[in-house]
Amino acid sequence: MTSDDLLARLLDLAARRFGRRREELHADQDFFDALGIDSYRALELLTELEHAFGVEVPDWELEGVRTFGALAEVLRRRL
Amino acid sequence: MSVEVSRHESLGSALREAWLTWKSQTALVELDRRRTLRRLRYLDVRRQALPVMAALARAGVGPGVRVAVLMPNQARWIVGAYAALHLGATLVPLDYKLSAAEQQTLLRHSGAAVLLTEEPIARRLALDGLALALVTDAPGAPVGRPLPPPAVRWDELAPTDDEPPVAPRRRDDVAVIVYSSGTGGRIKGCMLTHDAYLEQYAGLSRLYPMGPGDRFFSVLPTNHAIDFMCGFLGPALGGATVIHQRTMRPETLRATMQAERPTHMAVVPLLLEAFERALDERLRETPRWARRALDALAAVNLALTERRPSHELSRRLLAPVHAAFGGALRHLFAGGAFVDRARAERFYRLGLPVSIGYGLTEACTVVTVNDLRPFRADSVGRPVPGVEVRIDAPGADGVGEVLVRGRTVMKGYLDDPELTAETLDAAGWLHTGDLGRLDASGHLQLRGRRKNVFVTPGGKNVYPEDVEGAFEGIDVEELVVLASNAVWPGARLDEEFLFAVVRPKEGCDAQVREALRERNGRLPEHKRVRGLLWWSEAFPRTASLKVRREALAESIRARVGRDAVVRP
Repeated sequence: MTSDDLLARLLDLAARRFGRRREELHADQDFFDALGIDSYRALELLTELEHAFGVEVPDWELEGVRTFGALAEVLRRRL
Repeated sequence: MSVEVSRHESLGSALREAWLTWKSQTALVELDRRRTLRRLRYLDVRRQALPVMAALARAGVGPGVRVAVLMPNQARWIVGAYAALHLGATLVPLDYKLSAAEQQTLLRHSGAAVLLTEEPIARRLALDGLALALVTDAPGAPVGRPLPPPAVRWDELAPTDDEPPVAPRRRDDVAVIVYSSGTGGRIKGCMLTHDAYLEQYAGLSRLYPMGPGDRFFSVLPTNHAIDFMCGFLGPALGGATVIHQRTMRPETLRATMQAERPTHMAVVPLLLEAFERALDERLRETPRWARRALDALAAVNLALTERRPSHELSRRLLAPVHAAFGGALRHLFAGGAFVDRARAERFYRLGLPVSIGYGLTEACTVVTVNDLRPFRADSVGRPVPGVEVRIDAPGADGVGEVLVRGRTVMKGYLDDPELTAETLDAAGWLHTGDLGRLDASGHLQLRGRRKNVFVTPGGKNVYPEDVEGAFEGIDVEELVVLASNAVWPGARLDEEFLFAVVRPKEGCDAQVREALRERNGRLPEHKRVRGLLWWSEAFPRTASLKVRREALAESIRARVGRDAVVRP
C-alpha cells in the first residue's frame, strides 16, 4: 500500500467513525481539532486503525503525534 | 489486617514487611493488550528487587540519594521504587507523558543520581551526569540494541539473593519528591516525608481498606499523587493486587477488566465520562424493554442502598451493567479535576459507587473524600483522618480559601524557599488557592479557584506561564496568559478556561490575531487558550519588570466581566 492510499483509508475511517465529511479532512490537520475529540477518543480511533491495518502500534510511538499525516506515517512503519 | 504502619519509621521498612507478610498473594499483574507479561507474588517482588538494590548500591545509592523513576505504569515501576526506598533513597517519580525536554529539565532539577526508565525514553534523554540509568524494555521497542554507559539493561543485572539491611530513615526525612507543575513556569517539587505517606495510608486504609483478594486496576500514571497511593503504597501495604496494562486503549481497558476483574479503580473525570459513553453504547444495543427493566432495577437499587452501598446486592440486581466492568468492581475513586455531579449520581444508581475526593500533591494525596455514608455527589467529602481543613476569610456565603494542615502536608518545595513561604504559613497551614465552603456536616464544597492555574478534565494542571512561551515573538506591546478563575473567581470549575490578554501595537489587530491563532494551534489541545482579551493599558510590572499578574487580574475584574473575552 502506498503512503497516499494509507492516508486516504485513514481519513475515510476517521470521517466515518466521528461523523465528519471526508473532504474536510486532510493530512496536515491536527486530528484532535479536526474531529473534536479528546485523548481517550483518539485512542478509540487508533484501535480501529490497528484493526483495519492489522498492526499494533506501541503507545510510546504516539508521543507528539498530532496530525493525520504523522499518524499515517506511524502506521506505515509498522505495516 | 494490613501492615501496622505505626510501627515503621520509613516506607522502605513498611513495604519490606508487606512483601514478607503476604508472601504467596498476587502482588502485581502486568499485561500488554491481551498478553500477560508478568504475574508476581509478594515474595517475587522482593526477590526481583534484590538485583536492583545491588546495582543501585554499587552506583552509590544510600540514604537521601535521589533516584528518579520515569516509565509508564508497570511491575518494574513498583519493583524499582521499592529497591530505592529500601536503600533509604529519596524517590523522584517523573511524568512519562511530558516531552523529552521537560523530562530532562525535571531530571536535572531533582538532582537525581540514578534514573530507572525504559528503552524508548532512555534514548530521548541525555544521561550523562547520572551514576546509573537502569533501562527496561518496552513492548514493541527494538530489543538488544547497545546502550552507552551509564545505562545498564535491567534484564542483564546479575542475579543475587543477598538482601542489604533496610536503611534507617527518620519519619521526617523526605521520602518522595513529586513534581506538581509543568516546567515553563515555576518548577514545583513537593518534598513529602515518610511520615506524610505513612500517616496518609493509616487514614485512608481506615476509610477504604484494600486487602488480600482486592484488585486495583492502576490506570492513572503512578508518578501522579493519586496512583502513587492507590496503585502502589495502598495495595502493597494491605496485601491487595495491582493490575497494569501497558497499552492503554479503550478496548484493552475493557478486556483487562473482563480478564482480571478489578475491585477498585481511581479515575479522573475524563475517564469516568468515557466509561459512561461505553455504558450508553452497550445499553443502546439492548432491546428497549430490557433498558426499561434496567431503569426500574436501578431505582430499586438506589432505594435499597441509599444509606450505604451494597456491592453484592447491586451486582445481582444490575448484572449486565456490572459485567461490562468485569463484574467485581466495587469502587471508583474520582478526583484530580471537577467531577460532574449527575454522572457520579448515575454511577451510584447503577451500583458503582464513585467516591469523589479532593487533594493536591502538596498535601500528599487526599485532603477530603466522600465516605459514602451516605453517598453525596455535591461535595468532595470530609477531611480524611489526620487532616485539618479551614476556610480562610469566608464571605457571607461561607466561601473562602481552603487551608489544609496536618502531618500529610509537604515540607516545602525543593530548592524554592520563597515559594514555600508563600504557600505554607507560619502556623503550618497550606494555602491551596482553591475556594470552598464547609457545610454543617463538615463536607467540603469547592466553589472555584483563585490561583492562576487551569485544570483539565484529565486532571492535568496547566500553568498559564507555561503556555505564554508559545506566543513569544508575536509583534505586540504586551501579552500574558491568565486562567479565567484567577480573574473572576468563584465560577464553576467546569467552566474555566485559559485566555490571552493582549495589548496590541496600533493597527495590528488582524495580523496579531492570525499569529496567535497559528501559534495556539501548535500547542497540545489541553494547553490552548480559549479566548482573547484586548487591553489598551500598560500592564502593571514589578521593579524587575515581571508582569504583576494579580494586579492585572484585579484591574481586569474591576472593569470587565468574562463576556469581554472573545474567541481567538
